[in-house]
Amino acid sequence: MTGKIDKFCLVGAVFALLSLVFPLSGVDIDTGKNVAFVSDLPGLASAMVACVVTGVFFTWYGVNTVLRGCIILLVVVFGAWQAIATLYGHGLAGYASYGFWMFILSLWALVWRGIDVIANYRTLDHGKQQTANVIVPLAFGIWLLFLWEVITAGFGVPQVLLPPPSMIGVRFVNSTDILWDDFRQTFLKAVLAGYIFGCGSALLVAIAVDRVPFLKRGLLPLGNMVSALPIIGVAPIMVMWFGFDWQSKAAVIVIMTFFPMLVNTVSGLNAAGRLERDLMATYASGYWSTLFRLRLPAALPFIFNALKINSTLALIGAIVAEFFGTPIVGMGFRISTEVGRMNVDMVWAEIALAALAGTAFYGAVALAERKVTSWHPSFRVRRH
Amino acid sequence: MTTDAATLPPAAAGPTLWGRMMKGQTGPVCVMLIGLFVIWYVGAVFMNMPGQLDRYARAKQDWNVSQLVSATLEQDRPVLPAPHQVAAEMYKTIFATKLTSKRSLVYHTWVTLSSTLLGFGIGTLLGVVLAVGIVHVQTLEKSLMPWVISSQTIPILAIAPMIIVVLGALGLKGLVPKAMISTYLCFFPVTIGMVKGLRSPDLIQLDLMRTYNASRWQTFLALRWPSAMPFLFASLKVAIAISLVGAIVGELPTGAQSGLGARLLAGSYYGQTVQIWAALLTAAFVAAMMVVVVSLFEKRVLERMGVRA
Repeated sequence: MTGKIDKFCLVGAVFALLSLVFPLSGVDIDTGKNVAFVSDLPGLASAMVACVVTGVFFTWYGVNTVLRGCIILLVVVFGAWQAIATLYGHGLAGYASYGFWMFILSLWALVWRGIDVIANYRTLDHGKQQTANVIVPLAFGIWLLFLWEVITAGFGVPQVLLPPPSMIGVRFVNSTDILWDDFRQTFLKAVLAGYIFGCGSALLVAIAVDRVPFLKRGLLPLGNMVSALPIIGVAPIMVMWFGFDWQSKAAVIVIMTFFPMLVNTVSGLNAAGRLERDLMATYASGYWSTLFRLRLPAALPFIFNALKINSTLALIGAIVAEFFGTPIVGMGFRISTEVGRMNVDMVWAEIALAALAGTAFYGAVALAERKVTSWHPSFRVRRH
Repeated sequence: MTTDAATLPPAAAGPTLWGRMMKGQTGPVCVMLIGLFVIWYVGAVFMNMPGQLDRYARAKQDWNVSQLVSATLEQDRPVLPAPHQVAAEMYKTIFATKLTSKRSLVYHTWVTLSSTLLGFGIGTLLGVVLAVGIVHVQTLEKSLMPWVISSQTIPILAIAPMIIVVLGALGLKGLVPKAMISTYLCFFPVTIGMVKGLRSPDLIQLDLMRTYNASRWQTFLALRWPSAMPFLFASLKVAIAISLVGAIVGELPTGAQSGLGARLLAGSYYGQTVQIWAALLTAAFVAAMMVVVVSLFEKRVLERMGVRA
């Protein structure tokens, strides 16, 4: 880096400088005057100056260390905080103009460089490397949320179209009781029941199929084909058969999760090598003990693969099945009714809940996999 | 082989057709399918029986078993329609109605298929562009990749009604919102598959490109892109299947007027079970056909590229 010009920092500095000069806001319709000037906003002005200084300094002083990335990110955090404070504290929301957006662009250029520096950080210290690997996507995600907030507030985007994340967060915190009821109905009842039953029965069928080659040849092609079919379409039929409550959702999930598990487990049962099987044979080990001591453990990576796929399928299946008829509780029910009432913030709160639940569920399965199949090569620490 | 082998009966010369069929996949799959039909018929009889017995009781009608069985397979709104009823409904709505009529399944299939293909096209393009970026720009890889993965934890199918309603309020109706849902669903497997594929060339091949003093762009065109093709097609098969699911779910909210999803919803509102099953089987058939088409493309492309299957 030394001796070269850091383009991103330069762009950041230039835009921050321009943002000090250009008008911050458009014209208020009632008074015909500009809403805000830089001179009235010491906080924002100091953030802009900080961005100019940081950008200029790092444009020529280029030592690519983590310290540099952290300093840049800290300046960006300060700038972002000031930008939001200006939007909401000084009535800039909906009136933001050139100067303000140039400041945002400046922050964007700087944050890119900051993340870039940390992303390229290499160390043999495993803990530090892990921290860096977590900071990068986290910083990127927070930046995206900030952009979302600033763009929706700054341009005055109608809330029906896209509410700012702060509004969603407030709604989420204020309606935890409703959200909990929906979560219990959809996730704790339907998803878990369907998931456990679907995956469990598929596992048993897979062992039976593995025993009988004829079944294997007949069922596997069908199982592979079923994965391409829009199974979610059975939802209305299941609602008719099993009624409106969680049982019908669980039935849909059982059908959706069955085939991925079946196909994966059958191929997993063939994963154990010839050598290991011969070894078991020399121990005079029968079918069942070979199954439990060798073939099922060897199949675990495949089984967990299916469990991970199914964890996302199950949640989607439950929510979509709720569009076809529910009791008056559940995530899918809430989403479809609140959309009708144009309570978009509630819908987004439900979506956030669904995303959290889905991520947590997937994460739990992935964690279990790490615990159970820690011997698998894919979990080896990569040394750079 | 000696000459007297010719005098042996031909059956002994090799395995019978039956034996060959049962050795491979064709026989077992056929047996399974026949078994499925048998289960379906038996299930239809048993599931429709209570309703039929009710009807007999209300009409104070005498009945015997054979009457009962044939009646359960001929109900108007059965709990589980028999295969021949679904087939009849499909024939009626696919071949026997005008293509432009609202009753024609071909029309509804076309509505769903058009948004599926649009979403699939955009999603594939987006997925490939993202993958190229991720492979070539390290910052993108570190910052974007985790978000590409976590983007799929949002149950987009659950947001589908909202996207459709909101875009409808903006005056965007019909094809585009549905296609956007398909796009969101299908860019993911394409991105993941292409990242894998573009990274699949061995180090030794990449080094060879360097000895030729090839630019990154030339390396991409001559080495990375061709080696990613098998991965791309594997992803496309997954992507086209889920973009159909996206299109169908996109038709559920707001009581969409046309499309296979709308047929499912209308059928479930009015208890028209035969209509639901016809729409469902049509959707399944369309999905299977699309995967077959992608496979054919794959075969042609890989053959032209000289990849040995």
